[in-house]
Amino acid sequence: MKLTLKVWRQKNNADQGKFVSYPVEGISKDMSFLEMMDVLNEQLTEKGEDPVHFDHDCREGICGMCSMYINGKPHGPQQTTTCQLHMRSFNDGETITIEPWRAKAFPVVKDLVVDRSSFDRIIQAGGYVSVNTGGVPDANEIPIPKKIADEAFDAATCIGCGACVAACKNASAMLFTSAKISQLSMLPQGQVERKERAEKMIAQMDAEGFGACTNTGACAAECPKGISLTNIARMNREYFSAVVSSENV
Amino acid sequence: MILDSKIPAGPLAEKWTKHKFNSKLVNPANKRKYEVIVVGTGLAGASAAASLAELGYNVKAFCFQDSPRRAHSIAAQGGINAAKNYQNDGDSVFRLFYDTVKGGDYRAREANVYRLAEVSVNIIDQCVAQGVPFAREYGGLLANRSFGGAQVSRTFYARGQTGQQLLLGAYSALSRQVANGKVKLYPRTEMMDVVVIDGQAKGIVTRNLITGAIETHAAHAVLLCTGGYGNVFFLSTNAMGSNVTAAWRAHKRGAYFANPCYTQIHPTCIPVSGDHQSKLTLMSESLRNDGRVWVPASKEMAEKLRKGEIKANDIPENERDYYLERKYPSFGNLVPRDVASRNAKYVCDEGRGVNETGEAVFLDFRDAIKRDTEEVIRAKYGNLFDMYQQITGENPYKVPMMIYPAVHYTMGGLWVDYNLMTTVPGLYALGEANFSDHGANRLGASALMQGLADGYFVIPYTVGDYLAQIGPKPVDTNHPEFEKTAKEVKERIQKLLSIKGSKTVDYFHKKLGKIMWNECGMARTAEGLSKAKAEIKALRAEFWKDVKVLGDNEELNQSLEKAHRVADFLELGELMIDDALNRNESCGGHFREEYQTPEGEALRDDENFAYVAAWKYTGDNQEEELYKEPLEFENVKLTQRSYK
Amino acid sequence: MSWVTKTLSSTLGRKLIMGLTGLFLILFLTGHVSGNLLLFKGDDGQAFNIYAKFMTTNPAVKILSYLTYISIIGHVIWSIWLTRQNKAARPVGYAESKASTNSTWSSRNMGILGTIILIFLVVHLQGFWYEMHWGNVPTVTYEGEEYKDLFRIVTFAFQNELLVAGYVIAMGFLGFHLSHGFASAFQTLGLSHKKYSPAIETVGKIYCVVVPAVFASMPLYIYFTS
Repeated sequence: MKLTLKVWRQKNNADQGKFVSYPVEGISKDMSFLEMMDVLNEQLTEKGEDPVHFDHDCREGICGMCSMYINGKPHGPQQTTTCQLHMRSFNDGETITIEPWRAKAFPVVKDLVVDRSSFDRIIQAGGYVSVNTGGVPDANEIPIPKKIADEAFDAATCIGCGACVAACKNASAMLFTSAKISQLSMLPQGQVERKERAEKMIAQMDAEGFGACTNTGACAAECPKGISLTNIARMNREYFSAVVSSENV
Repeated sequence: MILDSKIPAGPLAEKWTKHKFNSKLVNPANKRKYEVIVVGTGLAGASAAASLAELGYNVKAFCFQDSPRRAHSIAAQGGINAAKNYQNDGDSVFRLFYDTVKGGDYRAREANVYRLAEVSVNIIDQCVAQGVPFAREYGGLLANRSFGGAQVSRTFYARGQTGQQLLLGAYSALSRQVANGKVKLYPRTEMMDVVVIDGQAKGIVTRNLITGAIETHAAHAVLLCTGGYGNVFFLSTNAMGSNVTAAWRAHKRGAYFANPCYTQIHPTCIPVSGDHQSKLTLMSESLRNDGRVWVPASKEMAEKLRKGEIKANDIPENERDYYLERKYPSFGNLVPRDVASRNAKYVCDEGRGVNETGEAVFLDFRDAIKRDTEEVIRAKYGNLFDMYQQITGENPYKVPMMIYPAVHYTMGGLWVDYNLMTTVPGLYALGEANFSDHGANRLGASALMQGLADGYFVIPYTVGDYLAQIGPKPVDTNHPEFEKTAKEVKERIQKLLSIKGSKTVDYFHKKLGKIMWNECGMARTAEGLSKAKAEIKALRAEFWKDVKVLGDNEELNQSLEKAHRVADFLELGELMIDDALNRNESCGGHFREEYQTPEGEALRDDENFAYVAAWKYTGDNQEEELYKEPLEFENVKLTQRSYK
Repeated sequence: MSWVTKTLSSTLGRKLIMGLTGLFLILFLTGHVSGNLLLFKGDDGQAFNIYAKFMTTNPAVKILSYLTYISIIGHVIWSIWLTRQNKAARPVGYAESKASTNSTWSSRNMGILGTIILIFLVVHLQGFWYEMHWGNVPTVTYEGEEYKDLFRIVTFAFQNELLVAGYVIAMGFLGFHLSHGFASAFQTLGLSHKKYSPAIETVGKIYCVVVPAVFASMPLYIYFTS
């Protein structure tokens, strides 16, 4: 396959940035998208040009590090991570536009690399159960109905890649935040801190400068792990009931 | 120096309890006067950092990824073992201990393994309390499955994403301590060196991956939780960033490296599709419960298949060689990982491999689908089949899957004593980064167990013992050794940037990987290893003359990051070969063709090799010195594995 | 900041206000469309005019009408507020976007739809509501009681093709706005449940077609019958 890549190049956060087009040849349909990017980078390095920087690590769709906006969609045309996208999803001769995630809360670091530490700070605000190591009850002393456990698991599969923010027209982090709030609000272990968690995590989400939710559903449609919109409704519910009844005045 | 493993005296089952009691404690009010550095935020690192911060120590946690949640523990699929005996099927701490020592082909320390089995039960309690959504039965209690050929159901799991859920649990505990101000987090920061003062580890030198700034951090103890070194093979199931650098720098500062040649090669991975392949993807080995492994019986048929003249389904039954079922009638397709992997290599070496590359064998579900219907197979393996189709573009319900072994885990690592301390006082290694618990072969669902055991339940006791002994005297980075080490780091960076050669870093990495895979992979020979040693030496010399690293230090520079890591792999590779050459026996993941039974199985030499090989760095381009820690087995009987 | 202001100025609080005012306006629309069905009665506007007087004089209705004004104003102000926040959340946009593959057009353009509806509302209020309250409306007498003859104003106004066309088009926009807004308001309030959400969505789909269609049929009916 022969392709033209229109790639966002930006030296650092202060740089203006621009698109640069690169032709690449000899791309096999069996390559993953990131392997195709490796080919481009080997070519650039050989020519003495700075390779395109992009985040990636596990390359098996679970670490959540890869983050490219490909042809107008986060992680490209398939509902998967960029590392699991394969070149057979593209046509020979195609021009592929590659941009970084765009959000105020995800500033560009270089080229396609963005800073998603805002997600970490949302979790730090309350995305945990406050138990110290040791001194916990036996695991089977906390029975959980299978249905609940399964639903909590569905929410917990979020990989924190940020595709939801990238897809949302408002760059909103509601799906990410709601997945964690949902998981812990459904489980008995999360009950003690339930109200405080909702209040604090949402306050942090706002402080990071994410947009609001218009319920377009784009986040869930693009989420590589299929996190559902019902989590957002649940988070809203959790939040409203928390603010009217919590001890925080 | 004599390697002192510091294994407590007394009966096996009482060692850990007694040792905990005998360990010194740090006064609660004094804990805040101590600084601890944790490098790596996978299962071992995140759990250690969180647990130590909960106790009151000041922790600095470092990871090269953009978030601690992305450490490669996240990719573990199958599950985590624990001797809970919830299923009433005869499991016990002793049985888990016994299975692990046996599975490791009797090359692990009894005391460490017993402790691992002992604390395994606490891990499950801890994770559940954190809100980890393990699989459950309809009655609301935890579900278990049997994994990796174990006789009991002791594996706890969260669908095929157990590692993810456990890591997110540890990450949440870590995040809580970040919010409490007890952990300071340094993401996108790579450890470049350890600072050793008067023989004790007192800090590290790091590179900020965004700005390139070389920084120094002082602490009373340094914990390396930096994972394994499978990426020395270039292609492995490890993450792209997984590397040996932290462990290797520690090694060069005095920490011995133990059993580097013990690598686990997992039989069921998706085969390489071409030269541009960057990593390999594991498929759960549960697939071998129903899939039948075969290759064409004749070379000619295989040749036609590779050229695409015929399809797998065109090959009649009598032209197929179900070689595992043929050679191991009683275990068949369920032989252990190392046996399955080696046999796949043999048939491919004979020229009977499939796929365009000739490096793949079939894993065929045709008969299982005929027997159980497609629906049943889909219910069992649907997500794996989907993953396979996503990557290869082929439908495994219609055509046989193709699989090939791939490097998956490294049992070797930094030598540590019972306290997880390396040979450098104050420097610890946890999780896959150390060598201690899996011997020559790791059992399925044991890696997660070890990482969390070390971080949650071992290190909080053992590091306290050391800290209480050295006292809370403040540490800072003013000592000249910090500046000196940082200077060496900077010089190395400048050197890499100034070579301006003609070949990319990946060129060298791929070449190294090929050498390692061919000669130090599934089957090894003295001749091949010696040849490889010379090749690696030459490749390393070429690297330092002709590598091309563009850009500057003072920016995000992924080529420079890779160059550092590959430079260390080039040194580690040679040590792995030394170790493999030294070990004149076959055991677990280390198979020397010269040492096999008449049936072609691994032949151990317990008389001469029942020891841990710990290697001491002696200087650049010098042979390393071997130290032996004898392994004593008082509670298990050494036997030969057989799967006929 | 008290917890109340803090909540209402949070993203979710702002959305809460959008959802609540939106739902109230949906209630209002339901009442409005039901009352206006009297236009079809064919009694030369008698029932309609009596209804109009009731609506402008009954104290309970007064309270409701004030709530409606507040809802409209609130819905507009908070939407501006949210839109500004949303724009600020993505200072640099994408060069290429295939949003149509993951969301509906109306859901992404609620602001534009809302603005058009607001313009329509100004025209509409100026033409009828203002006239009714402060304008020069002829009167009629039914059974000895005097009524403002709003019906006359309405029938007169809808002789104008342009105005009729404008009304019909505006109702189209209202339909699109409601097609997303109806179910979205429930989602925002957290009212989502396996058992009830499908019903809410179905009702929303019917509502967004039926109510604007009935509204649109009024000017058309008057235009073609008088």
